[in-house]
Amino acid sequence: MGTSTAPLQGPWRTLWRRLRRNRWAMAGLVVLGLLYIAVIFAPFLSPYSYTTQFRDQNWHPPHMTRLHLWDDAGAFHGPFVYASNRLDEFTSEYEEDRAKPVEIDFFVRGEPYTFLGIESTLHLFGSSDPTRPIFLFGSDKFGRDVFTRILYGGRISMSVGLLGIAISMTIGLLIGGIAGYFGGRTDFLLMRLVELILALPGLYLILVIRQVFGRDVPSTQSYLIVVLVLAFIGWAGNARVIRGMVLSIKENEYVTAAEALGQRRMAIIVRHILPNTLSFVIVTATLAVPYYILGEVALSFLSVGIQEPEASWGNMLRDAQDVRNLTDFPWVVVPGFFIFLAVMAFNFLGDGLRDAADPRALE
Amino acid sequence: MTTGVLQRVRGWLPGSALGVFVARRLLAVPPLLLAVSFITFALLEAAPGDYVTRLAEDPHISVETLAQLRHRYGLDGGLMERYGRWLLNAVQGDFGYSFSKEIGVFTLIGERLGNTLVLSGASLLLAWALALPLGVMAGMRQGSVADKLVSFISFFGLSIPRVFFALLMVMFAATTKWFPVGGMRDLVAWDTMTPWQQLVDQLHHLVLPTIVLGTTQTAAYMRQMRAEMVETLGKDFVRTARAKGLSMRQVVWKHAFLNAVNPLVTLFGYSLAALLTGSFLVEIVFAWPGLARLTVDAVFAQDEPVVMASVCMATVMLVAGNLIADLLLGKIDPRIRVG
Repeated sequence: MGTSTAPLQGPWRTLWRRLRRNRWAMAGLVVLGLLYIAVIFAPFLSPYSYTTQFRDQNWHPPHMTRLHLWDDAGAFHGPFVYASNRLDEFTSEYEEDRAKPVEIDFFVRGEPYTFLGIESTLHLFGSSDPTRPIFLFGSDKFGRDVFTRILYGGRISMSVGLLGIAISMTIGLLIGGIAGYFGGRTDFLLMRLVELILALPGLYLILVIRQVFGRDVPSTQSYLIVVLVLAFIGWAGNARVIRGMVLSIKENEYVTAAEALGQRRMAIIVRHILPNTLSFVIVTATLAVPYYILGEVALSFLSVGIQEPEASWGNMLRDAQDVRNLTDFPWVVVPGFFIFLAVMAFNFLGDGLRDAADPRALE
Repeated sequence: MTTGVLQRVRGWLPGSALGVFVARRLLAVPPLLLAVSFITFALLEAAPGDYVTRLAEDPHISVETLAQLRHRYGLDGGLMERYGRWLLNAVQGDFGYSFSKEIGVFTLIGERLGNTLVLSGASLLLAWALALPLGVMAGMRQGSVADKLVSFISFFGLSIPRVFFALLMVMFAATTKWFPVGGMRDLVAWDTMTPWQQLVDQLHHLVLPTIVLGTTQTAAYMRQMRAEMVETLGKDFVRTARAKGLSMRQVVWKHAFLNAVNPLVTLFGYSLAALLTGSFLVEIVFAWPGLARLTVDAVFAQDEPVVMASVCMATVMLVAGNLIADLLLGKIDPRIRVG
């Protein structure tokens, strides 16, 4: 097993071998891996909770670019930042106090959190002085740590895509499979439904549907609403392609054999026909995840998505709607970089998968 | 039943398969609009409260006044009754008055429609002006530095979220003060400007949103153009043309390009379909007085007539764009028989 002399390789091994040769796709895979690890371990990696407010230190500039190892006198401290003092109450301007280093400690005890059922107070890093918090990516208008909120927000933004595509792909597979296999009137009706949904002006409809649920809903509900609304529009395109594939797959002899054996028709669709669309499903799913990530961003940006105090990359970006924030506190666009990174990684990976899964591609 | 109708339509349009094709597509529009408008109407109905609910928070407005207002806006009655009333007026071309702005929906949308079309038209122009030459160049010199650059730019353009790009541009404008940060014209000085200055002012406001929308669209076209060029340049007829002694330039532009551009024509049709809604978030970020802001506000305020008209218009635009795409393809490529 695994030797190069093996004459035949399973489709998964072939896919993986081809994918591994694509540098951009592998880069995408690595970035996504890191992003998912980061958001899953958010409570441990972030120094605070996403709701913790340091009201007296709002709009604090990022410490990321102000990290030091040696102080002005040349003495080694390990990583530290200089304490900063607010100039006045009204403008959010800070001045570094070069005489007062605040060291960054690792594996510190901080705010309690529950992770995978384990209660803990351990954080990867934190400030040695509780009154001088560390803001790697700066703080927002309430003095919340942007780095922490990016990690927690990523949990929403990065999972919306996976959950959304799982739902819309399942519906697409079932509807496409049923329409393609049964044909006739079922096919006709289902395809008219698909055409109707494809002809709907998506964003308008999403806004109207979102409106049905009212503005003030609990956070878990608003999350589910965002996912369901996006999936409701998203499944139709998949269903159409899958129907087309099923039309040709069902002509295979093993389908006739299964029919002759008296298998139930839904079982034939699910067990014998749909698995053959798998490579299409994987490629399309990977390339469609950005649609859901960006959909969440659009809805949250328009203030009908994830609601405060919950964080998502989309609703964090709302702070950037104010031009004054953009010029005075440019770190409000940081969530945008993460959206960009995630979308780009999914695109690279999806493109690589498509090339790797293409049977016509040269070996 | 449908075939019967089709046969009759075939009778009117003498012997053209194209006529039947267009007729069949057009025949699908009324039921589609009916379904879309009903779904939208029902969803608006299902949303909690209505336009008057917000007014009810004002203690100075009495319950009787509220009831009167509901009656005046036609918000009383069941779903079917109200939808029927809307439909009856709509088929006569009357889409009603905006609740919040108290002017006719057509006047309201007409103003904004123009603005949206200016922006999406300009960006479409920019996208194609960039995509065609760059795509051809990258396709001709595969693997060259220029090709790698083009493919990187197109990946960048495909992946960068428009909201984010737009926000970066606003930040750029606000920091450098080289461009206005939003809007469509300088509202303060507008009346004192000569027509020439007004034009320059509008173009100045147009630059950044056009760059955002244009470059993000360029990516998809450029990639497609490059792929088509690569494929076409490998075809036998290109080698034949070269063998005849034609210059590379003639081969590329007269033979390869014209063949490679076909699939892009379809993309062009689809971009027409997205003319109204594609610029949505960019309009919001740049405070562009287009359809996006109008529709978002109307949806939030439950300004029913405006929402209904916007949705219907967007649907028609979508269907028309797709139809144009198919027709253009049939026109440009004689191998494809539309029908």
